[in-house]
This record gives sequence, C-alpha cells and structure tokens, in this order.
Amino acid sequence: MKLITAIIKPFKLDEAKEALRGLGVQGMTVSEVQGFGRQRGHTEVYRGTEYTVDFVPKVRVEVVVDDGDVDRVAGAIVAAARTDKIGDGKVWVTPVEQIIRIRTGEMGPEAL
Amino acid sequence: MEGNTAWVLASAALVLFMTPGLAFFYGGMVRSKNVLGMLMQNFFCMGLVSVLWALFVFSLAFGGTGKFIGDFGFVGLKTLGNVKTVIPSYQGDFALVVAPLAFCAFQLMFAIITPALITGATADRMKFRAWVVFLFVWLVLVYAPVAHWVFAPAGWLFKLGALDFAGGTVVHINAGIAALAVILVLGKRKGWPNEQMPPHSLPLTLLGTGILWFGWFGFNAGSALAANGLAAQAFLNTNNAAAAAMLGWLVVERMKGGHATTLGAASGAVAGLVAITPCAGFVGGISPIIIGFVAGAVCFLAIQLKYRFGYDDALDVIGVHLVGGIIGSLMVGLFADKAVNPLGADGLFFGGGASLLGYQAVAVGATLAWSGIISFGLAKIISATIGLRCSDDEEMAGLDLSQHAETAYAYGEIGSMGRAG
Repeated sequence: MKLITAIIKPFKLDEAKEALRGLGVQGMTVSEVQGFGRQRGHTEVYRGTEYTVDFVPKVRVEVVVDDGDVDRVAGAIVAAARTDKIGDGKVWVTPVEQIIRIRTGEMGPEAL
Repeated sequence: MEGNTAWVLASAALVLFMTPGLAFFYGGMVRSKNVLGMLMQNFFCMGLVSVLWALFVFSLAFGGTGKFIGDFGFVGLKTLGNVKTVIPSYQGDFALVVAPLAFCAFQLMFAIITPALITGATADRMKFRAWVVFLFVWLVLVYAPVAHWVFAPAGWLFKLGALDFAGGTVVHINAGIAALAVILVLGKRKGWPNEQMPPHSLPLTLLGTGILWFGWFGFNAGSALAANGLAAQAFLNTNNAAAAAMLGWLVVERMKGGHATTLGAASGAVAGLVAITPCAGFVGGISPIIIGFVAGAVCFLAIQLKYRFGYDDALDVIGVHLVGGIIGSLMVGLFADKAVNPLGADGLFFGGGASLLGYQAVAVGATLAWSGIISFGLAKIISATIGLRCSDDEEMAGLDLSQHAETAYAYGEIGSMGRAG
C-alpha cells in the first residue's frame, strides 16, 4: 500500500476530486496548507508599505491506494491539477506499513 | 423647520450606514478570497459619489425645472447652505420644509447606495479600475436623470402622476436592471454554475442585514422629508414589510427546499425592504404586511431564474432588487390610499381605478429601458477599452490579492512577511 500526497492549486481541487472519483478511489483527505516551491511568494501592501509573503495557499490531497493503483491514481492527479504554469505543485508517493479500519478492525488492503 | 431638519439629517446618517451594511451583506456571501474586493467596491462609492455629488451631480439631479434633467445652478453646492434658498422645482404643495442642504445630504446617501447595489451581481470578477469608471459615468448618465424624472416635482414621471416614495424605481429597479446589463457583458464566474461557491461568512451577511434594516428607517421614513405622522407611517410600514417578507421567503423555502435558512431570512427581509420602498408613504393598515409577504415569496422564486436563463447574478441582485422593486412599484398602484397621504393617490384596491397602476407601469418601463440600455452600452465600451473583467489568473487568486494586494483573514503565525526591497 502506498500513500499518495499531492500539493496542488486550490482551484484545481474539484477537478482532482472528480478524476479520482472516476477511478473508483474510495476516499481521500484534504487540508489547506501554505508553502512555497520555485514559484516563491507574492507581495501585499499595508499602509503604503509593500511586504513579501513567502507562503502561498495550496491544498494537500492524501490518498492511500493499493500498490497496483499507484501510477493510475498519481497520474490522474497530475493530469487534473496541471495548468502548465509555475506553482502547479507536486505529487509524491510513500510506502505505508499498515492500515486499520477503526469501525471493524479490518487490516491491510481490506481496510482501504 | 428645525425639527424636520434634525430628522432628515439623522435619516441621512442612517442611510449612509446602509452602504457598509450592504457591503457586509454581500461580503459575507462571497468566497473569502473576494471579500475585500466586495467591501472595497461598496466603500469606494462613499468616496467617489460624495465628491461628484458636491461638484455637480446634485445640481444635475435636483436643480432647475426641466422635465428630463436638472441644470448646473447648484454646482459646487453654492447658496445651498442658506436656508432661504429655494430649489426651483420644489414649490407649492411640494415646498421643502427642511434646510436645503439637509435635503442635499439626504439625497447624496441614496446616490451612494444605488450603484453599490450593482456590485452583488458582478461579484468576484470585475476589475476595480473598470468599476471606478463605470461608477463615475453611471452616476452622471443614469442616476442623475432617473432621480430627476421620478423624485423632482418637475420631472416627467413625477408630473405624470407616478408615485415612488423612496426609490423603488430610482434605486432598486435602476440598479437591478443595470446589474443585469453589466453581467451580460461581463460573463459568468469561472466554474459557475457547476462549482459550489458557498458564502464564506453568513454571520457577516446577517450582521449586514441588521444594519440595512436599521438604516432603511432613514431611507423610507426620512423620505417624508419632515418629522411628522407620515414619517411614522413609513417607519412602521418599513418594519412590517421586512418582517412579513422574511416570513414569506421562509415559508416558500421550507416548502420547496426543506429547511428555513439564515440566508433565506436575511434575503427575505431585504426583499421586503426593497418592495416597501416605493410604497412606504402611500400605504397603511395591513397593506405593508401583504406587500412584504408577497415580495418575500415571489423573490425566492425569482432567484431561481438565473439557472434557467444562465446569467450569473452572483448574489441575486436581480432576483431581489429588480424583481422586488418592480413588485413594490406596481403594488403602489394597488394599495395606495389618500387617507394615508393626501399628496398621493388612490390605488385600484382603494377606489382609485387602474390609472395609477398605469402610471406606475410607465415609470417602471422607462427606468428599465433607460438604465438597461445605457448600462449595457457603458459596460460594452469599458470592456472594449480598459477591460471590464479580470484575467483568469486574477480571478482565481481572488479580488483581494489581485486588485488590492491584501488578504482579509491573516490567520495563523506562518505568514512570514518581510519588507520587500
């Protein structure tokens, strides 16, 4: 089992969600996060003084999938979130040791 | 004279307060990335309109004795500070019993909030620069003449016999049809109607509604332009129409959708306030309750039209202000009662026949045509020159950052801001 973590532009969340639904993904977790990559931040103005804000709002999408589904799911997120402009974000994959469904106690792929 | 002037000055302050109220009513309904953009478009009206009003727009709207437009007799408000100054078209039965400058201040507040109403329809996608230009030209080409036609005793609709106590045509129909004209040029928000765009703060919207309701006492009861029984009648009519409209909206919403919502309560109250505006000083008894209830129920149904016809009226300015304004303006023709106001007329239900209803329809039609056509042309010209709509990137980033370089809610400690350069 693998954890797919995607950092994407907030307005791309809907498209990413629909793409994953289309693949039959059963669940996902999203959170609002801030950060920067090569895009860097933006400037804001307060009382005539310009400030740089390093961290840009992004959405983090986390999905745990079976090993065989990793490429399809990660590929779908990449396709849905791409605008070809700087700041599109990143997707990474990490191994997951164990999963337990709390209600039933099921473990491993059955708990996905 | 002194007592009347005191009431009208207090009313002017109440009406000014409606514009921040409207800003928060709308601001709560947009997404959090656009709330400052919304507040700014409303607050900016208090700046630009005030200055233009003093320079020449008051004179254009209320000066002279012409049928279609005022003159430049009161440019810079000269001589208006003298309580003996007579505004030429206000004579005889219609002579002002307040200081002329109090009247000027009171009318200014109407001119501020009327264009501000439009911003609810154009929310989330209009360039600030385009709004500034639109506001300037619209005030001169649309607001000033329509206010003259309807409010000034020399105006052609006033002379015809059309009744508009506090601005059903001048304020609500005028802004409502302009909103429709502008969004036809502007287009839909990206993602509408498929993407959900929920209000980011309904508490702000309800707070704004409370401020609007409070300020509306100045709007309608102040329009008596005297501290008298008619003002008290308009005051209570205003309150009761808002109350009944809230009930009307919620009843229909509950029947059709299953829940009575806070946004429904707020929208219903505003619909009632809109509808009672033209009627406030011409109707009495339980008429305002009937007018309010009908307006609340009908406006709830009217806000569904945008999905059928595919125009993106973001915050339902057309469904509430245009439709509510038309309902109210026509209701005058049904419920007006000379026992309430001898300077008014009797409507269809009070033995006056259908002629008043006819005059009301003419006033509605004239406002729709003039404001609709000029606003559409103006939006087209702005669109073709300096641009009306934000770029896609600006719209996605939100108006707050892209138009004003600010963020409304700087929560959390990880802002990491440093001075630039």
